[in-house]
Amino acid sequence: MSETKKQVTELTDVTIRFAGDSGDGMQLTGTQFSDNTAIFGNDLATFPDYPAEIRAPAGSLAGVSSFQIQFSNRDIHTPGDDLDVLVSMNPAALKVHLADLKENGMIIINDANFTKRNLQLAGYDSNPVDDGSLSNFRVIHVDMTKLVTIATEEIGLSPKLVARSSNMFALGIVYWMYGRKFDNTIKFIKDKFSSKPDISEANVRALNAGFNYGETIEVIKTSFHISKAVFEPGTYRNMMGNMAVAYGFLAAAQSSGLNLFYGGYPITPASDILHYLSGYKHFNVKTFQAEDEIAGVVSAIGAAYAGDLAVTATSGPGMALKTEAIGLAIITELPLVIVNVQRGGPSTGLPTKTEQSDLLQAMWGRHGEAPCAILAASSPADCFEATYEACRIALKYMMPVILLTDGYIANGSEPWKLPDLDKLPKLTTRRVTDPEGYQSFDHSSEILARPWAIPGTPGMEHRIGGLEKSDGLGHVSHNPLNHHHMVKLRQKKVDIIAKEIPDEIPFGDTSGDLLVLGWGGTKGALRSAVARARGEGKSVSHVHLRYLNPLPNNLGELLLKYKKVLIPELNLGQLAIIIRAKYLVDTISFSKLQGKPFTITEVYQRIIKEIEG
Amino acid sequence: MTDTNTMTTPLTRKDFVSNQEVRWCPGCGDYAILSQVQKILPKMGIPKENFLFVSGIGCSSRFPYYMETYGFHSIHGRATALASGAKVANPELSVWVITGDGDAMSIGGNHFIHTLRRNIDMNILMFNNRIYGLTKGQYSPTSEIGKVTKSSPLGSLDYPFNPPALALGAGGTFIARAIDRDQGASLEILERAAKHKGTSFVEYYQNCLIFNDGVFSHLTEKNTKDDTVLHLVHNQPMRFGKDNNKGLRLVGSQFEVIELGSKFGINDVFVHNENDKNLAMLLSELTYSDVLPTPVGIFYVKDTPTYETMVEDQIERAIKIKGKGDLNKLFNSSGTWVVE
Ligand code: SF4
Repeated sequence: MSETKKQVTELTDVTIRFAGDSGDGMQLTGTQFSDNTAIFGNDLATFPDYPAEIRAPAGSLAGVSSFQIQFSNRDIHTPGDDLDVLVSMNPAALKVHLADLKENGMIIINDANFTKRNLQLAGYDSNPVDDGSLSNFRVIHVDMTKLVTIATEEIGLSPKLVARSSNMFALGIVYWMYGRKFDNTIKFIKDKFSSKPDISEANVRALNAGFNYGETIEVIKTSFHISKAVFEPGTYRNMMGNMAVAYGFLAAAQSSGLNLFYGGYPITPASDILHYLSGYKHFNVKTFQAEDEIAGVVSAIGAAYAGDLAVTATSGPGMALKTEAIGLAIITELPLVIVNVQRGGPSTGLPTKTEQSDLLQAMWGRHGEAPCAILAASSPADCFEATYEACRIALKYMMPVILLTDGYIANGSEPWKLPDLDKLPKLTTRRVTDPEGYQSFDHSSEILARPWAIPGTPGMEHRIGGLEKSDGLGHVSHNPLNHHHMVKLRQKKVDIIAKEIPDEIPFGDTSGDLLVLGWGGTKGALRSAVARARGEGKSVSHVHLRYLNPLPNNLGELLLKYKKVLIPELNLGQLAIIIRAKYLVDTISFSKLQGKPFTITEVYQRIIKEIEG
Repeated sequence: MTDTNTMTTPLTRKDFVSNQEVRWCPGCGDYAILSQVQKILPKMGIPKENFLFVSGIGCSSRFPYYMETYGFHSIHGRATALASGAKVANPELSVWVITGDGDAMSIGGNHFIHTLRRNIDMNILMFNNRIYGLTKGQYSPTSEIGKVTKSSPLGSLDYPFNPPALALGAGGTFIARAIDRDQGASLEILERAAKHKGTSFVEYYQNCLIFNDGVFSHLTEKNTKDDTVLHLVHNQPMRFGKDNNKGLRLVGSQFEVIELGSKFGINDVFVHNENDKNLAMLLSELTYSDVLPTPVGIFYVKDTPTYETMVEDQIERAIKIKGKGDLNKLFNSSGTWVVE
């Protein structure tokens, strides 16, 4: 290996996007780089973006898959707006993503895929690599496939299999650029292909070849160094939202001493929660892959009646199918957690893209007066705590809780500080075993939660169901006054939760020109935009809601302290409707419905406009 | 204290009667079925607190309220899905699903077939009155074609489901038919259904005297029933008729009725074998026959592992291989780094 001859440039943050055809392994490449970055000690946030079709035509614009990561030596909250580096494995990827690259940004291109046919498929008349159209950027273009072929010659793999390792070559270049060791990726490759030593070896060689290429060629004049970010002491790992949800469920089951039952039906982008949990059988987890979305939630309701911590996860269309059953869980007052990993709608909509348009569905999407608690997670790692909290509320208050996440935080990742399990709030249940004086619908407790007597407990046989029940005894009741009373009681059960919701403390000031109010997965972009504007002396603050039903007690008061309230949402203004209805406070909606998260810049610009405009 | 009481004093029918007033129409077939179920439960040797009755929506689905057991009156069509969750969560429970032809075969058709396919240990009693009772008289998925009802004034255009054939096709492992007014046969069938490990499906012919009165009267009236009902008995020739003088003979793959006497003897009568799925299929084809008798009893039984025991086995195996789940270990399982 030649001696290192290049200089090292110090940077604070970098945004890279790996882009290529669906078959180019970009998600894997991005995930490997993220894990490596995490271990290196930078703060980071990632955003995978992949096509809805499993096999869109190779080389087509529709088939482009990408993975974006921002990493930094400071505390960051988003995967970045504009790109410093774009890895383009084919012309279509270049076409789709070039507009996001900063001026003078770097493009890494695999020449092997810039064939006439691929250029045509991407709509290029001439090859942008040599027609001068990329002159504003720094272009590294290399026939990765050829170099990988040479490096792996002795192994004797077919050209097709060799070409598949080109992504590792690209990753090798990027590892060199940022001065990384990559033991984690080598271990990953060896584990993944443990039964195919040839392929394993080819990938390792491709990776090393890419790294060495970076070191030898003159085009890259410098490598970059981003020093470690400052984190609170602790053990960290990179965490994706869906995995954090699964972990949250496991932790909640352990704390409550209950077995976890997951009833669900596969749906993008929620299926990973089912995948993870089905691998945790040794935690006594029972996963029931039901015949449809309805059976998914209904089986969970059956398990809840039988005494398990019962949960389900889905996305918008599945949520629509589950609504009748959620009403049943509400009227039977059973603990249940329903995770909605929101995606673009209506109908099949944009199945792999993110949106926040199911808030009003969660709020009012059931027939009858059917309130339940609603929470939202604000980032990939936050999904852990949000899930745990959803379980806590469901078990304590005996009611279904809807947890809203979204495609962006479900598949995105960021560093997660491993929790001290002993310090998490201990989850308590309403389980009872003493038949003395037992009434199934006894609401005499302070929080109005009924007792939870489960089948198998002697002397407490009782019947519940979808028909209205009398308060106390829990007998079927068509009494008009009882119904009125029970409807109000179910609402009160939800309202009462507000008592233990912490007051919102704004980021920024407790009054001022503008309050940016948000919820869910937009937190990173909103917080960063507000911070940027505040850095320029603007009077703007940020409140980001975890509790959407009920809302925090001090929110109404807080809203009055600012001249304007701006609510950025990835919908047409759903939180705004709730805020206006509840507090009679005027709000300004900032909507985006492009299947993409907010960028910091667009929120920042809107903040400036509201303050100066 | 309650413990010892429930365990030592033998249970009686009365222990299963709840204090709720039964609200079916006087004379409804549901009463008979309720009493038959209450009669057999004490014999099962199962503590009362382990019984769970789950229902959907329809006249029959009020059933759990009348049972002094755990009960869940769920939503339309979803009883089997709810029961599946409860049984998988707690395999100790003796789970019973009370449903109707509309509830199980129409709105709940999907859950019904998938429950059978999984062979979750529960007993599905489907009260088939071939009509929608609770919504006041529309044709159901088991109503005969041409049936004139409130929603089919010119006659229904739907071909009906054949419940035992559907259940067989779905992979059911216990398939039987009972009749509300035939208590003797019903009690035996219920007992066998309860003891079967897996999903037991019992189609209960039930008279709705308000909206479909007499739909099964040929099977229940004294002067006709002997000639119209074939009681299936395992390993016994399939005989019926007033003097037990008729039998079913198999010609090719079709049944035909023979008179025992000079021409045919007992050896010509086909012998029932409840473990023969092909035979069960042939028998289920008699459901809507005008010529051949209607089989009542156990069509088919197959012993095969149940879903919930396989779930438990997988958990046990996973623990054996990986050790009991340890959260800290799991959280630390990949790519961690420590910040001092
Ligand atoms: S309507 Fe028919 S099925 Fe319903 S309770 Fe009355 S008689 Fe029975």
